[in-house]
Amino acid sequence: MNTEFLNPSVNVRGVFLFIAGVSVVMLVLVTSIMVFFLIKYDRKRNPTASDIEGNLPLEISWVVIPTVLVVAMFYYGWTGFSVMREPPADAMNVKVSARMWSWSFTYENGKKSGELTVPLNRPVKLIITSEDVIHSLFIPAFRVKEDAVPGMETYLWFLPDRTGSYDLFCSEYCGAGHHAMVSKVIVMSREDFSRWYEKKEKDGAN
Amino acid sequence: MTAEEDISFYGSRGRHKGVLSWILSTDHKRIGLLYLTSIFGFFFVAVIFGVLMRLELIAPGRTIMSAQTYNAVFTLHGVIMIFLFIIPGIPASLGNFILPLQIGAKDVAFPRINLMSWWFYISGGTAVLVSLFTGSGPPDTGWTFYVPYSIRTGTNVTLAVFGVFLLGVSSTLTGLNFVTTVHRLRAPGMKWFRMPLFIWSLYATGWVQILATPVLAITLLLLIAERLFGFGFFDPSKGGDPLLFEHLFWIYSHPAVYIMILPAMGAVTEIIPVFARRTIFGYKAIAFSSLAIAAAGYLVWGHHMFTSGMSDISKAVFSFLTFIVAIPSGIKVFNWVASLYKGSIELRSPLLYTVSFIFLFSIGGLTGLVNGALATNIYVHGTYFIVAHFHYTMFGGTAFAFFAALHYWFPKITGRMYREAPAKNALLVLFTGFNILYFPMFILGIEGMPRRYYDYLPQFHRDHLISTIGSWILVAGLIMMFYNLIRSVFKGDTAGDNPWGGSTLEWTTSSPPPHENFKEVPVVTGGPYKFR
Repeated sequence: MNTEFLNPSVNVRGVFLFIAGVSVVMLVLVTSIMVFFLIKYDRKRNPTASDIEGNLPLEISWVVIPTVLVVAMFYYGWTGFSVMREPPADAMNVKVSARMWSWSFTYENGKKSGELTVPLNRPVKLIITSEDVIHSLFIPAFRVKEDAVPGMETYLWFLPDRTGSYDLFCSEYCGAGHHAMVSKVIVMSREDFSRWYEKKEKDGAN
Repeated sequence: MTAEEDISFYGSRGRHKGVLSWILSTDHKRIGLLYLTSIFGFFFVAVIFGVLMRLELIAPGRTIMSAQTYNAVFTLHGVIMIFLFIIPGIPASLGNFILPLQIGAKDVAFPRINLMSWWFYISGGTAVLVSLFTGSGPPDTGWTFYVPYSIRTGTNVTLAVFGVFLLGVSSTLTGLNFVTTVHRLRAPGMKWFRMPLFIWSLYATGWVQILATPVLAITLLLLIAERLFGFGFFDPSKGGDPLLFEHLFWIYSHPAVYIMILPAMGAVTEIIPVFARRTIFGYKAIAFSSLAIAAAGYLVWGHHMFTSGMSDISKAVFSFLTFIVAIPSGIKVFNWVASLYKGSIELRSPLLYTVSFIFLFSIGGLTGLVNGALATNIYVHGTYFIVAHFHYTMFGGTAFAFFAALHYWFPKITGRMYREAPAKNALLVLFTGFNILYFPMFILGIEGMPRRYYDYLPQFHRDHLISTIGSWILVAGLIMMFYNLIRSVFKGDTAGDNPWGGSTLEWTTSSPPPHENFKEVPVVTGGPYKFR
């Protein structure tokens, strides 16, 4: 399986660059034409105005071209998103429980942790719920986010494709400790992860 | 008092004297000014909250306030800015003053309901302010009042929510009044397609106010019932659903952003032809795009909920509809720019504010595309990217257009002229401060900084610091602009009835207008924006 192709974070970057690119071109065009008109048709240079009430071909073109562009944006956004909603079958399942104001991660073997420790290059599926109010699990490095809603299970998946320690935030406001509901994603080599995963003592230090 | 002032509405007090001649007046012009002063009063309260937030965020860790205080401050900043400033904003103040004048009417259709809506407004605003100082502390839920947090928190949410309910009643009544006025009170000869485009935008806004605001009222009453009696509408442990609240809330609150922006678009559409001395480009396209925005705006609320756990099929549909609503907004921008083509442009302050509006609103609109696309929304949702986006649309968009309109209609309202150079200098400072304040927030969002954070990790410090410095420049610009305007109310030169050479009906009567607006009922024989 070509996991690199499937990595949803690559899709997010692609969609962002496409939309941002089109947006910058549009903004520069609109602004420079506007400024050009302001200078060229200043009252000193152009004392009499011409009344132009419309121009059908022009008006059709600036309906049709933006429509094509935004439908393309929708399409790329949607296909990129579809990948994010289809966790690979070999993904490691981790249950996430959010509460005011901490995270708890429970692994398939029953191990619990306050930080999310995952092996390199194995897709991770998080099954998320909340014990109290709405929270949202956000890992900027892997471009994923999903709300933790009480009474409901939501999910997301990502591919930890580089080792290291990455920020994990709560991104749905949840009270006085919202800003401190911050944890880490620790991506380890498979060997290190196995060692950590099999360790019996409770990971209470976190 | 000179003879000229005698005939203006300032001289016709009605049955009451002093302050009562204002707060009990049914004259749409007096009510418009009541709104204008109270709206900007609340605006300044919320600006102070905003400055305090930025000051707290100047460096990581505690700077001037506790986390709980910070949460209350951003909640009140949001509640006041949204429900007391930007939603009533242009329609209730300038719309009230200008709408009957532009269609050649003596007043709105229901003058006493008009006064009643101001009383609902001021009562709601008072309730929101009282919630700050009474009970067990100011509300700390954010302006969105998301459950279950808003049910669990011990702070004064019920009173604040009741205040917002009253504001909703006020807004609905204003919408009803404007729609009826446009249908029934147009001057002889003013056919639908002879109406100024500001009227079209107020008309479209009125329908949104009538149809969407009751949903907010219901939602807020359910929330109050849930808090007081534990009904369990939204509480999963009692069979309720938190997502139900999100749906109900955004069914109103997304159309509400079009209540905020449509009148702003209408106002700049008045300004551009007057200072370009030519007719508007694509009159019907602009009129219909207002209606299209109002109609399609009802169907996109789900784009606030792409990470909420809502079904994937509804995410796809809401994303698609969100992109569709971008098209009429784009049409308006292209029409505004095209309306400068071959004009004879005089770059006075109303037009300069308008040009700033077009630039800032374009940034706000285009960044909305990033939010609208599903793949990228997941990343930027709930981050500073969103904060930057809606400040570019709402402040850079609506508020800059409001300032443009305030300068444009200032001579009509007061009969006096503000000083031109200070108005332009204020804009320069405002525009600079605005971008220094809000542009770094796009970068913070892309770097992954979540919003509504009292404290942040050290990697975000630089952009927060720049943003806070921007807030000081922005406030300086606001002070310069309002000083110039307020000073000119009392000391400005006499403006004359039509200082800009405007061609819509409000410029045919005296400045300030007389009690019932026109000496004789005007008869309309052609479209607006005819300059020769």
